Amino acid sequence: MMATETAARKPRKALPSMSVLGPVIALVLLIVVGTALNSNFLSAANITNVLARSAFIGIIAVGMTFVITAGGLDLSVGSMAAFIAGLMILVMNAALPVLGIGIPIILLGMAVALVAGIAAGLLNGFLITTLGIEAFIVTLGSMGIYRSLVTWLADGGTLSLDFGLRTFYRPVYFGGLFGISWPIIVFALAVIVGEVLMSRARFGRHCAAIGSNESVAHYSNVNVNRTRLLTYAMLGMLVGVATIMYVPRLGSASASTGVLWELEAIAAVIIGGTILKGGFGRVWGTVIGVLILSMIDNILNLTDLVSPYLNGAIQGVIIILAVILQREAKAKG
Amino acid sequence: MSYMKTLLAGCTALALSTGGALAQDGDTKVIGVSIPAATHGWAGGMNFHAQQTVERLEKVYPQLDFVLATASDPGKQVNDIEDMVATRNIDALVVLPFESDPLTPPVQAVAESGAWVTVVDRGLSIPGIEDLYVAGDNPGFGRVSGEYMVSQMPDGGKIVVLRGIPTTIDNERVEGFQQAIEGSGIEIVDMEHGNWNRDDSFNVMQDFLSKHPQLDAVWASDDDMAVGVLAAIDAAGRDDVKFVLGGAGMKEMIKRVMDGDSMIPADVTYPPSMIATAIELTAVGLTSNAPVSGTFTIGSVLITSDNAEQFYYPDSPF
Repeated sequence: MMATETAARKPRKALPSMSVLGPVIALVLLIVVGTALNSNFLSAANITNVLARSAFIGIIAVGMTFVITAGGLDLSVGSMAAFIAGLMILVMNAALPVLGIGIPIILLGMAVALVAGIAAGLLNGFLITTLGIEAFIVTLGSMGIYRSLVTWLADGGTLSLDFGLRTFYRPVYFGGLFGISWPIIVFALAVIVGEVLMSRARFGRHCAAIGSNESVAHYSNVNVNRTRLLTYAMLGMLVGVATIMYVPRLGSASASTGVLWELEAIAAVIIGGTILKGGFGRVWGTVIGVLILSMIDNILNLTDLVSPYLNGAIQGVIIILAVILQREAKAKG
Repeated sequence: MSYMKTLLAGCTALALSTGGALAQDGDTKVIGVSIPAATHGWAGGMNFHAQQTVERLEKVYPQLDFVLATASDPGKQVNDIEDMVATRNIDALVVLPFESDPLTPPVQAVAESGAWVTVVDRGLSIPGIEDLYVAGDNPGFGRVSGEYMVSQMPDGGKIVVLRGIPTTIDNERVEGFQQAIEGSGIEIVDMEHGNWNRDDSFNVMQDFLSKHPQLDAVWASDDDMAVGVLAAIDAAGRDDVKFVLGGAGMKEMIKRVMDGDSMIPADVTYPPSMIATAIELTAVGLTSNAPVSGTFTIGSVLITSDNAEQFYYPDSPF
């Protein structure tokens, strides 16, 4: 196992440019195609739209990169986001008569989202590490639990933030600094911190070590369980952050909130070059993966080239192509 | 001591309920209701009305017993129906099929066992299985929406259309709409699937707004999608879009119609309460001599500020 890992990794070190270039080439190609098909594609408004709506999946995918690098998986993030959004709305609506519309109630909502996210992540992590249950099963279970809980909280309908409160909270999604909207700024910050943690800090090296060989990592004095637990808690916290950005957009949460976000996040991580089995991850690659995914949607909406029935097929083809580009590069090297 | 009490009480309750179940085959009749779970707004409303109707009818007809099951996928719904037949020996089944094809054989089996079958909204693949069909009018939904668009835009104009999840329901609605606006000068410049989802429709509408510098109106075809569309228009700060027409009759949207909101001047019903009609008619059929077999089509009605009050249910989740 260890031998094949090192053998497989040597060429990448010898010729890093190709594997690194794979997803970048795919992204550049998409941008060229998009620009050729519609002149509005590169307009500031469209770029802001695409980046801002990528932010939810993007922020979550940064956390997912660490979980997957450490050999784990989390299927519950989409449902978790829906549940946290519902919880946040309920708490903020309930606190409205006491706190009134203002900064404190927004901070309360944000605190609820972060605490709930970290708690949900720790719970997943605890079941996976301490009780030693398979990550796939634990998070499949919690995926169903959170999805049902939000349906139950909403009584099958939709939870809506008080109208006045929503108007006050709206700038958190639509406003920004120096013309760059908040979700983009937060996404960028999450990526920078994630990239530093992954490639410069001990935490990132520990994650990669655990993902590539748990026993060796253990004997090398890496606290396997604690590191894994931390990856899940961090992912939970980032789901909370994503929810803080999500709620002001439409001011509502329902059973259809965040459906399939988990698969989009996992796909973005893999397109970006992180290995699904764990042992190697890169955060900047994940960003490219997220951008590729949301750009495909955007381009398909901006053109009439294909029947909308085929949108899913086009997405699938591009995802597979983006990954093939990397594999081919590796084989050549 | 208190433990003993609880235990005893539990046993008694159990004995009573089993006794009740055993005694029922004499004169009590059982109606099974099988519906999809509340996975989106409309289904949430339908669940609400189903529960309300069952609670009310249990009081009205002491000789009737109801079993209500909600399923989150077609496979689970098939299991629910099989369980109802096997364990509750139902005399009638009211079913809103998740999908037509997978549900047809099990419902057919129920019909062959001699039980009364009422099908709601989505028809089965083989005609003639059900005794009563309570149907929503999808082509009519599209037609009423289209006619309203024509009445509001006599000189024509450019509109975009958001479609639902690719299904027969969606196709019938869009065809009805297209027929109604034919030759009116209204041009559909773009159509995409928003999947009856707020987030998806928000993204699609943002892209439509980038693509088309001038739009006169939007047929969102669903109230959930209208929410996303309105948010996108609002965020883009565009004032060329004069109004958005949703559909289904979500209470928040009806409220806006009632209040005379110029962006939401009207709505078209596709009432989730049609499940109540189906349960009610089935109960009438089981308890009286009134004939209720056949097809009962619930028309799609245009809601404007004149009649919005009649359609406003503040307690419903939808």
